Amino acid sequence: MSSLSVAAPLPTVARQAPKQWGRLTLIGAAWSVFAFFLLLPLVIVLTEALQAGVGTFFSAIFEPDALAALRLTLLAVAISVPLNVLFGVAAAWCVSKYEFRGKSILVTLIDLPFSVSPVIAGLVYVLLFGAQGLFGEWLLEHDIQIIFAVPGIVLATLFVTVPFVARELIPLMQEQGTQEEEAARLLGASGWQMFWHVTVPNIRWGLIYGVVLCTARAMGEFGAVSVVSGHIRGLTNTLPLHVEILYNEYNHVAAFSVASLLLALALVILLLKQWSESRINRLRHSGAEE
Amino acid sequence: MSIRRFAFAALAGALFTTQALAADTLLNVSYDPTRELYQEFNSAFAQHWKAQGKGDVTIQQSHGGSGKQARSVIDGLRADVVTLALAGDIDELHRLGKLIPADWQSRLPDASTPYTSTIVFLVRKGNPKGLKDWGDLVKPGVEVITPNPKTSGGARWNFLAAWAWAKKQYGSDEKAQEYVTQLYKQVPVLDTGARGSTITFVNNRIGDVLLAWENEAFLALKEEGGDALEIVVPSLSILAEPPVAVVDRNVERKGTRELATAYLNHLYSEEGQRIAAKNFYRPRNAKVAAEFAEQFPQLELVTIDGAFNGWKEAQPKFFSDGGVFDQIYQAH
Amino acid sequence: MLRRTSPVIPGFGLTLGYTLCYLSFLVLIPLAALFVKTAELTWEQFVAITTSARVLAALKLSFATAFGAALLNGVIGTLLAWVLVRYRFPGRKLIDALIDLPFALPTAVAGIALTALYAPNGLIGQFASAVGLKIAYSPLGITLALTFVTLPFVVRTLQPVLADIPREVEEAASCLGAKPLQVFRHVLVPALLPAWLTGFALAFARGVGEYGSVIFIAGNMPGKTEILPLLIMVKLDQYDYAGATAIGVLMLVVAFILLLLINLLQRYIRTR
Repeated sequence: MSSLSVAAPLPTVARQAPKQWGRLTLIGAAWSVFAFFLLLPLVIVLTEALQAGVGTFFSAIFEPDALAALRLTLLAVAISVPLNVLFGVAAAWCVSKYEFRGKSILVTLIDLPFSVSPVIAGLVYVLLFGAQGLFGEWLLEHDIQIIFAVPGIVLATLFVTVPFVARELIPLMQEQGTQEEEAARLLGASGWQMFWHVTVPNIRWGLIYGVVLCTARAMGEFGAVSVVSGHIRGLTNTLPLHVEILYNEYNHVAAFSVASLLLALALVILLLKQWSESRINRLRHSGAEE
Repeated sequence: MSIRRFAFAALAGALFTTQALAADTLLNVSYDPTRELYQEFNSAFAQHWKAQGKGDVTIQQSHGGSGKQARSVIDGLRADVVTLALAGDIDELHRLGKLIPADWQSRLPDASTPYTSTIVFLVRKGNPKGLKDWGDLVKPGVEVITPNPKTSGGARWNFLAAWAWAKKQYGSDEKAQEYVTQLYKQVPVLDTGARGSTITFVNNRIGDVLLAWENEAFLALKEEGGDALEIVVPSLSILAEPPVAVVDRNVERKGTRELATAYLNHLYSEEGQRIAAKNFYRPRNAKVAAEFAEQFPQLELVTIDGAFNGWKEAQPKFFSDGGVFDQIYQAH
Repeated sequence: MLRRTSPVIPGFGLTLGYTLCYLSFLVLIPLAALFVKTAELTWEQFVAITTSARVLAALKLSFATAFGAALLNGVIGTLLAWVLVRYRFPGRKLIDALIDLPFALPTAVAGIALTALYAPNGLIGQFASAVGLKIAYSPLGITLALTFVTLPFVVRTLQPVLADIPREVEEAASCLGAKPLQVFRHVLVPALLPAWLTGFALAFARGVGEYGSVIFIAGNMPGKTEILPLLIMVKLDQYDYAGATAIGVLMLVVAFILLLLINLLQRYIRTR
């Protein structure tokens, strides 16, 4: 499969010298780009957060409104991730195991929330469930509140995270083909047995990878959630919205403190991602060697 | 099975009930610069309510640009009371949402405005550009910070204050439009809300002068310590009247009319007026106003009704699509 | 109509049905609401809204900054992917892990961090303003913010392709007397181009719609630094639902076309 074989160095020394220079320049350039574009923003969040001391930092994080925002963010993650996992597996299954007409369109539709502006994602739910919206009157009569309440925030989060698990699984399952599943079936396994004992172990790491990406986006979504939130302190504020509110309250340090909490979560997510990715690579290599 | 059912019920409960449904919570949807005012007022009111033997009350706050907040309420944000930047935005609650009656403004004293404010200049310490009055703002090289009047209520007061001065100074609408056009040419950042503009001016140090609510300017001065900023009071400004209203349709649904009405009435009480004055809003109550007299500078103030025939005329003329503000921006 | 490659594998109806239902309820029906609302406008009104000076200016700005950011990513993304795949050096693992930071970091956090960096009194902004360059509150600031949030796209699409090109091919070419530039042009460019374009298009599509990171740094001046998603918000807050949805439909169509192109490109890569 993928050939990552390291070629033997070329024998000619004359060619080595300029190559060495080019190599060092490129590595240097990559480091500078990395430091400028990625490290600097990371460092600034931490320094701004800690500029008034550790005490202020922690009191901003453990303030009741911040904790309420954290709870809401985690709730949105806890609901949207499992639903999208279920969807991702089903979608990847039908896209990768079968050929059918309109598949390109289907894949494009799955991807769509990824490149639809988050503002539009929020807007559509306002159009549907707002008091002026299509179902507005009906919801009012039945006293169900969707937007400007938790369900709206969950829906907006679900919308923007739809593609993540499916997007990771589709190429993985396409690559794996259908032989193993077919073999299991021919040996008499039922559909579910085949799924749990053959497919799931095969896609496990890709699934984790998708979950990690999905979690990251669900946690950090701002635009879509902002449209449907109503910004009620302690009730419909997620962590990213809370950052904005603090920022708008002259509370620069608190804003960056909560931001660094989100940054810490992001780094944990990256760590998980790196770990699942290395497992995928290892599996793939061992597969290639067999 | 029972555990699963319990979990499901809990989840459904978390999803479909909001605390706002209970009778002892109140949602006040307000505009940007009132955060500090209502933080203080809410706890004072909660004590007052409890002292009357009415039990505990939780007051929830939502802040944002005035137009955005009005739109959210129209779209279904279940505010018990709205405390917005200008009457024009609350009018929309009647016009678009049928949430309140047309005569809402006559239900409370002083045209439903328990406190007022005005528009002043906030400049860098020492006033390095020598900005004394509206005319100085269009001098070459002066950068003016003000939010977008399309989305911010405060920005609309800014705009009308500038217009009122120019009309008095130069005598005609045409000249006033010329002046305001030049003024907005010197705006480098147009935030969507008053608070955003303050952050741009104070924290990010953009611009030479911020057109601000008087209360916002005082607050910025207080937050920043008075080392880098000072307030300049122009010769003429506008009496900014931020009104309040009970949202009838919502309080009826939630059964909170008594609470909501008491909340707004408390704004007119001596305690409420004093909290407003402490947060740099000009109180209506004569006694409290006398106490805080030296805090608020005297200047000539025009009113929206006197100079512009009220919001019903000013809003479409200046700020609707194709109105004066749009013409100014197309002229750019 | 259906061609099932493998008749023994069950679950086609179940999974396709579930996929379609889920997509319909969560994505398609809500998006349809956008079209329903826009249908209240006549075609003339729709054209008038979407071609008004302010919308066109926002359109131009959103597209130009997203294109600029995607292009910038095309260059630094290629550099990073190349270095990460081809060289072993100190810090390689760290860079590789942190490349995805922009995906994991909430965009609002990115927004306030970049504003703190690039504002005239910020860490970088003060040097820039000393030489008369304005970064925050200008299209340049928007481009840099978009470059940050879309940074991983080009790197992550190029990395696997680059890893799959056997080094022997390049070395064979250079043994045969090809100069490094020739190797680059005739061996690497054709192999990398489709993946590069995919990464570029993904970054572009995401950049056009990005909101959270940009509003803090943009300055939001109508006609100058007002991006399309913000214009939707502004229209909405003026109770102009039809105007907001008209712009929404425009953006949606652009997003759909871009994605279709990306998927076709990827199919081309796979079948090549």
